[in-house]
Amino acid sequence: MLMNLFTSFMGWIDKRLPVTDAWNKHLAQYPAPKNFNFWYFFGSLAMLVLVNQILTGIWLTMNYEPSGDGAFASIEYIMRDVDFGWLLRYMHSTGASAFFIVVYLHMMRGLMYGSYQKPRELLWIFGMLIFLVLMAEAFMGYLLPWGNMSYWGAQVIISLFGAIPIIGDDLTLWIRGDYVISGATLNRFFALHVIALPLVLVILVFLHILALHEVGSNNPDGSDIKKPKGSIKPEELSKFTFHKQYSEKYDIVDAVPFHPYYTVKDIMGVVGFLILFCWVMFFAPEGGGYFMEAPNFEPANGLKTPEHIAPVWYFGPFYTILRIVPDKLLGAIAMFGAIVMLFLLPWFDRGIVKSVRYRSKWHLINLIQFSICFVVLGALGTLPATPVANMIGIVASFGYFGFFIALWFYSKNEKCKPVPERITD
Amino acid sequence: MSNAPVINGRRRFLTAATAVVGGVGVAGVAVPFIASWNPSARAKAAGAPVEVNVSKLEPGQLIRAKWRGKPVYVVRRTDKTINDLAKHDSQLKDPKSDEPQQPSYATNEYRSISPEFLVALGVCTHLGCAPTYHKGDFEEKVEGVTDGFYCPCHGSKFDMAGRVFQSVPAPLNLVIPEHSFPTEGTLLIGVGQGEA
Amino acid sequence: MKRLLIALFTVIPALAFASSGGVHLDAANNDLTDKESLKRGFDSYVNYCLGCHELQYQRYSRTFEDLGIDIEEGTAKYLLNGQKPGEHIKNAMPAEEAAKWFGSAPPDLTLIARLKPGPDYIYTYLRSFYVDEARPFGVNNTVFKDVGMPHVLQTLQGIRTLDDDGHLTPATGGTMTAEEYDAFARDLANFFEYVGEPNKLERESLGYWVIGFLCILFILSYLLKKEYWRDVH
Repeated sequence: MLMNLFTSFMGWIDKRLPVTDAWNKHLAQYPAPKNFNFWYFFGSLAMLVLVNQILTGIWLTMNYEPSGDGAFASIEYIMRDVDFGWLLRYMHSTGASAFFIVVYLHMMRGLMYGSYQKPRELLWIFGMLIFLVLMAEAFMGYLLPWGNMSYWGAQVIISLFGAIPIIGDDLTLWIRGDYVISGATLNRFFALHVIALPLVLVILVFLHILALHEVGSNNPDGSDIKKPKGSIKPEELSKFTFHKQYSEKYDIVDAVPFHPYYTVKDIMGVVGFLILFCWVMFFAPEGGGYFMEAPNFEPANGLKTPEHIAPVWYFGPFYTILRIVPDKLLGAIAMFGAIVMLFLLPWFDRGIVKSVRYRSKWHLINLIQFSICFVVLGALGTLPATPVANMIGIVASFGYFGFFIALWFYSKNEKCKPVPERITD
Repeated sequence: MSNAPVINGRRRFLTAATAVVGGVGVAGVAVPFIASWNPSARAKAAGAPVEVNVSKLEPGQLIRAKWRGKPVYVVRRTDKTINDLAKHDSQLKDPKSDEPQQPSYATNEYRSISPEFLVALGVCTHLGCAPTYHKGDFEEKVEGVTDGFYCPCHGSKFDMAGRVFQSVPAPLNLVIPEHSFPTEGTLLIGVGQGEA
Repeated sequence: MKRLLIALFTVIPALAFASSGGVHLDAANNDLTDKESLKRGFDSYVNYCLGCHELQYQRYSRTFEDLGIDIEEGTAKYLLNGQKPGEHIKNAMPAEEAAKWFGSAPPDLTLIARLKPGPDYIYTYLRSFYVDEARPFGVNNTVFKDVGMPHVLQTLQGIRTLDDDGHLTPATGGTMTAEEYDAFARDLANFFEYVGEPNKLERESLGYWVIGFLCILFILSYLLKKEYWRDVH
């Protein structure tokens, strides 16, 4: 009875909006390669953290006061006076760092298995745009507690725009809306942080997933699960039914429907992630001074710089690249260049083989050195600039940029192992 | 070949168990979101009981106190007013205070702890306006009653015990807030008689 | 890929260690669950610190409740006439005047234990004043160089000086023994850790429940995943 009611209700809806069709196309009959490994959890985890940030963010705005006079006190009001306000705030602050951990690992996955290569260039570009907007979102959010580190961190980053020739000084003035960072800056950052950028972020995530489902998921082997129609013997086809959008054009092998197989797997991943997340949130919400920095426990003070200004850890790699260049403009160019390189990755890589599993030894070494350099750059970004740190930073920066340059050269005629026609595990 | 996999007993049990436990988790996550809408410590501090010195109040005089953002009328009723209260029961909607508009210790003919002091919210039970106090000139509103409250918004009328007259829009008597007299001449609004 | 992960997990903590350091701090060994200690610390704070340093984000009522001080008694003991327990812990010192007297206004101490490296810092700081005639208040501090406040606890602790090697000498002339003063400083440090994050104990106890719950859910979701994936393997 109830079931019949539901069926007829869905029938009514489906005639007006293809809900069931969308469900099938993107979940219940979406062909996902059967060999996703550990690295494939981070996409769904990023989604989870996004939802967490949006929900806790909305709730924080209910008690946050975006003004130079009231912001800092309103955070302590949330921490002390609002029932469970402390928990909502820690969910949001821990979530910010977790977002970057998850996104960096998600990008690493793309790097390892060549998920940016043709035909997934646009998918990668959307991902990079998400990353860029996320950095802007995090940067603006970091000003909102109006602690002293918020203030001076924003001061440093906004000053970067002063490096642009001719218009630099006017531009920084325009961004701040004042001669120093002030309530005016705080208010516009608040508006962008809570409305504009999240909106853009959600749209980009939507497009990212749409683009993914158009070209289909890559996998650790990098071999295609979509074979030309008629090339596969019927008994070797995947035993599952897939949406006609996929199965009409291709013979699909070695795939499972995303739902229920990857939904149950991702639920397991989510719970595992939440254990780590909650462990940090409940027992070390300051993340050892990296997730919440000590100088941010005093209000913004334009006359008193913290002893050691460091950006939040997730900006570390790019901040170090900025810092090791002795020229302000060139430093800023190098920093933005580092991000541009990532955008252009699909075109730096001229290879055909996707997965590091079947690529040359050189590629593996290059990938490892890149990862190490990235981590080292990130760590240096949180440390004071000493001559030794600068030397290491220069070496690591060469490693960072070298990855792309070297890739461009060796990928053209790379000696790769044969990629198996079918997924191996 | 269908995507609906074999639903065996084990699978059904695990699905249900995960769904139930996961549902408990989701409910748990909802708690901080819901609880954060409760009045905060600031709101509670601002809504703390208010102390009013009533020892200097003249008979017939009204003073307004503010408690939880609302006006509270405190009137020291004259002996005549007290005696007159029983005389117009027939004109009232709820002369015996049957509706729970007052704490139990004020459910009496005077709607107060002692007959002398009326303590009532100055909020009309119709649409929330503040009734005005008419001392001596109330007869132009209600014949035969010298003192009372008149709501300027829609003409509701209340007597000196905050009881509403008939044929006016207000449905109920004025609310008597929790209050007490911890010492002679001190009125504490927000803490009931016998509490704390 | 394992090599990558190993590299990641060895480099980060190593660098984290490298970034700490600075002056040596004595361990306060304070205990947030020790309410008597917190009460003594609060009492000392009101008597010796509140004159200059506010706790402007913390309410008396919350403090009384968390420390187990009866609200009537606490109101009588710690509040001035007319002050309400719901008020923030503030003093009457005007900030501009204070800035004139001390060079800069005495900082609010609500978050001091989170701003500085925890209760150990406060514990060590309170015990590390020494005579330095070159300073405006005649004292300096080994963990806070050129400190801008007088040693208000000098009558309790007594006087310390620096010997030729730059070490602090034992205090002399105070009303408290060294052990008594250490205990006094520990109580204060304990109170400041409490007031920096009043819900710390609540946070941790909730954390055990949440993680325990998630572990159960993890086992269930693991079994569920395994059950479904039997179709595939």
